[in-house]
Amino acid sequence: MLWYRTLSLGASLLAAGLLAGCAGDGGGVQSQKLSTITGRGKLICGVEGKLPGFSFVGPDGKYLGLDVDVCKAVAAAVLGDPAKVEYRDLNSSERFAALASGEVDLLSRNTTMTLSRDAAGGNGLSFAPTTFYDGQGVLVPVASGIKDLKGLAGKPICVESGTTTELNLADRMREQNIPYTPLKFQTSDQTFAAYLGDRCVAVTSDRSQLAGKRTSFPNPDAHTLLPVVMSKEPLTPATTNGDPAWADAVRWIVYGLMQAEESGITQANVDAKLAEAKDNTNQADLRRFLGVEGDFGKLLGLPPDFVVKAVKAVGNYGEIFDRNVGPASALKLDRGLNRQWKDGGLIYSPPFR
Amino acid sequence: MAPVPPADPTPSPLSAPKRPAPKPPWWRDRRIVPWVVQAVVGLLVLLLIAFLLGNLIRNLTAAGLLLSWRWLQQPAGFDISESVIPFNAQLPYWRALAAGLVNTIRAVLVGLVGATLLGTLVGMASFSHNGLLRRLARVYVEVVRNIPLLLQLVFWYFVVFLTLPNGLAAIQLPGVVLAKSGLYIAGFGEGLRWMGPTLVNGVWQAPVRLSVEFGALLTGLIVYSGAFIAEVVRGGIAAVPKGQWEAASSLGLSWFATLRRIVLPQSLRVIVPGLNTQYISLAKNSSLAVAVGYTDLYSVAETTLNQTGRAVEVILVLLAAYLTLDLLISALMNGLNHLVQIRER
Repeated sequence: MLWYRTLSLGASLLAAGLLAGCAGDGGGVQSQKLSTITGRGKLICGVEGKLPGFSFVGPDGKYLGLDVDVCKAVAAAVLGDPAKVEYRDLNSSERFAALASGEVDLLSRNTTMTLSRDAAGGNGLSFAPTTFYDGQGVLVPVASGIKDLKGLAGKPICVESGTTTELNLADRMREQNIPYTPLKFQTSDQTFAAYLGDRCVAVTSDRSQLAGKRTSFPNPDAHTLLPVVMSKEPLTPATTNGDPAWADAVRWIVYGLMQAEESGITQANVDAKLAEAKDNTNQADLRRFLGVEGDFGKLLGLPPDFVVKAVKAVGNYGEIFDRNVGPASALKLDRGLNRQWKDGGLIYSPPFR
Repeated sequence: MAPVPPADPTPSPLSAPKRPAPKPPWWRDRRIVPWVVQAVVGLLVLLLIAFLLGNLIRNLTAAGLLLSWRWLQQPAGFDISESVIPFNAQLPYWRALAAGLVNTIRAVLVGLVGATLLGTLVGMASFSHNGLLRRLARVYVEVVRNIPLLLQLVFWYFVVFLTLPNGLAAIQLPGVVLAKSGLYIAGFGEGLRWMGPTLVNGVWQAPVRLSVEFGALLTGLIVYSGAFIAEVVRGGIAAVPKGQWEAASSLGLSWFATLRRIVLPQSLRVIVPGLNTQYISLAKNSSLAVAVGYTDLYSVAETTLNQTGRAVEVILVLLAAYLTLDLLISALMNGLNHLVQIRER
């Protein structure tokens, strides 16, 4: 039962606080989380689980999606095997409690980075680089003839509770003085079931999520996204504030995927590039990036060739995007803001130096 | 501890001059040992609680999450789809939680009345002379109490209520409209003018509105708890000696009059304690409302937890609210129990 799961997560957080060991506040460079993960032999990754394109179970029973590929990349970089991941499906309300109580090591679950979630006084998360720049949209049936937010006046709108979406909806409607009725559900499944049951004239969520969910509707073409973009939604993997060394490791694994695309390193040519780096001592950038020289891996508590392992497992950022949500997928989303910075997008890795 | 008789047999007051009994050492003294044991156990419990609380505070401080209640005063920023007390997004969190609590209490109160009525009727029906009615009552009880409540709520909401017609196609009776969005009833609207349900811009409006979410939750709770209460009532009726039925029928009382005047009043003292448990369950089960989109206390608390990140505080508020609600129900039922008990003189 969902309410029970959320409550039990909250309660386990309470219990963790009550019972957590008094010793062990060693701090320092050594990440406790990293040694826990290597000792356990697998990464526990919190995902949405039912969102096509981001994290969902494919026909063969395996998890697929952009968020899932981030989990795989981290597992490959840390443990050397992208299959050593245990996925936990989390709904919007349980996700932070699950991360805070240590039930998951990494939250890769289309989560918007916000100040209150990042701040130590708020949820106390530590965000990795954004893996998908999104915005909030509204999906309506074509037959309703609704063209903009004003058309929603006085009507019920379905929304998932505990999301930034819920707040943005309240803010935008208040700004424009449009009365409406929010109908809140705990999971995206219930939210979309109520929308498809015609209880609401519209459903609001991140545009990518709406596009993803629409592919599983009985009649996808009968629904259309309104042109309005209600918010900025940078969807970002997250760890807790408690272990900065682990947060750094995750951050640079994700940057590694982005830098790999910029450097033209793909899943197919990564071995060739590695050989090339080993042969040419004058290609210093490439040698450092792939761990042939320097100690970047060691600084992060990772193997020296963590980038090679990650890219070999899931490809570079561009490949991940195209495979899961881009032209090669059912979602057919445009790269848009998610292009490399050289192409006018926001994907930008700081230098590996 | 039961009082312990003195170790040595007391001599009669008139016997030989009292010799001071040899005083046992304190660790064998039956007047002292129980106190020492209890004090030690009590101290251990207190120490454990102090250790756990200290650890909680230490860990929360380390995580920068020390209990704080200032967030209660901050504006909530989210809307509530239906609220008995006025609410909007600019009001503080505590007002949102209060609105949720009122919604919970509203569902619990109506649910209690409905489930009691349904349960009593079904419980009585299982003693009916009409075989069909008797068997129907059994089938209802067995089917309903063996299916999880969450499943039943989802069924009522998505399968029954969400298949109601919408807009102009809604079921319209004079002064009442039943549509997919809810039940609309005529009443006194603005300026105390009598207003019937009207369709404005494709949305029904009326002075009195009950949402389908509320309807689904209520139906689910009443049908589910009704089955358990029916069993409690059946047990209570069965506990009344058969002679009472026979005596009533020899006086010429009808089946219904026998139940109402003779059997039910006597069965109350068996029924009431059982009802107490069912009422408490109903109050707790109301937190499943979130599955059908009804904004009860739990739903509001969940949104609050998510926005503020004050997990421990919000869970404490929830614990306190449900505990108080259940203790209140329990106290009222215990009072009622006291009233229906046999007065022994």
